[in-house]
Amino acid sequence: MPDAVGVSMKEPSRGYQLRVVQEVLLALLATEASHGYQLRARLELALGPLADALNEGQVYVTLSRLEKAGLVTSERVGQTDRPNRKVYELTAAGRARVVEWLADTSWPKPAPAEFHLKLVAAAAAGLGDPVRLVDMQRHALLAELAAAQRAVLAEPDGSVPGLLLEGVVLRLQADLRWLEACARYWNTTKGRR
Amino acid sequence: MSADESPLRAEPVLRTRGLAMDYGQGAGRVHALDGVELDVSNGETLAVMGPSGCGKSTLLHLLGGLERPSAGEVWVAGRRIDRLSEKALARLRRHAIGFVFQAFHLMEELTAVENIELPALLAGRSPGAARRRASELLEQVGLTDRAAHLPSALSGGQRQRVAIARALSNEPLVVLADEPTGNLDSGATLDVLRLLDGLRAAGQTLLIVTHDERIAATADRLITMRDGAFVEETRLTRGTTGSLGDLVGLER
Repeated sequence: MPDAVGVSMKEPSRGYQLRVVQEVLLALLATEASHGYQLRARLELALGPLADALNEGQVYVTLSRLEKAGLVTSERVGQTDRPNRKVYELTAAGRARVVEWLADTSWPKPAPAEFHLKLVAAAAAGLGDPVRLVDMQRHALLAELAAAQRAVLAEPDGSVPGLLLEGVVLRLQADLRWLEACARYWNTTKGRR
Repeated sequence: MSADESPLRAEPVLRTRGLAMDYGQGAGRVHALDGVELDVSNGETLAVMGPSGCGKSTLLHLLGGLERPSAGEVWVAGRRIDRLSEKALARLRRHAIGFVFQAFHLMEELTAVENIELPALLAGRSPGAARRRASELLEQVGLTDRAAHLPSALSGGQRQRVAIARALSNEPLVVLADEPTGNLDSGATLDVLRLLDGLRAAGQTLLIVTHDERIAATADRLITMRDGAFVEETRLTRGTTGSLGDLVGLER
């Protein structure tokens, strides 16, 4: 039944996905062979409170995909008190992929052009006050900053997830600073019209 | 029974109605505040942001009885204060309100602990009780080992923490903070941020006027002012960290 196959191939749909989860799992396997549960636990250590949002099944789905692609191999290991589990090990191809990923300098880009053009268009068409749009956007980002900062404050000093959350806070601060500049510009431009 | 001795829980701690403030005369007249309506409930932390000259500091001064409005009403814990005598206003400021300013305003010839206990002594507490309270507050702001230091021997961040402890000396109904981190570097700002967040968690009613987005983000509610009026208001809800996933590159 084609439908059933389609469904079984689908990603589990609940929770967050880590976009680079394939590369991350390969890199985590570079030091030693591990089973899925260990890998998930190490992701949780690195992500802290953010791991709660991670999709439960993504690690396991990704591991079997990596195995089909020949990047990892697995071996069933018997346990006395629990069911057998699969231990995954990196192949040479998997190791090459990790090296490639570590050297990759591509970086997720923020997209200020969209908001910038929204302000220009709103002003040109008289559709809305750009300063008001900026204020609304500032408050939306400040609500995100508040959530990130609460998570930072809940982390002990020097925690690994704290470092990640600090990155979120700094990035939002940079965006908020740009929005200040937008507000200043459109406030004075408005006055000249 | 006066209202400031027995605040009704249901009353907002701070309330303004039609609050307006003008400076200057004739053509040079400036509307610093224009019809501001504000309610701050017991235990709430409110941050007020806005560009320089938007009226946010004027609002804080009127709420604290440091200035009188041109029009409108100011209520503190159910008691209208904008028409009180100077003497009654001074009494209200001593007992019900804690102030924190950008420039600290510590007494340079008094030690840290003496600065902190001063408001309690002025309010008529015994020296022993005032010192005990001051020592507790020094511990709360993490400066027990600086008790005998003069302000000149303290860093900016330490001075502001002493100033915050002093503001809490009389267990005020509300703390009004005007740019509390305006003179501080980022490390000292973080210390003050943790302290303010602790006060919020402890249920202290707090109004913070600030340019610093991280300080503003500690609040329960955020208001932006422009040209003497409120233009945007947001409740910074204390939800789960789930939405943070978007911010670190996790995808739904």
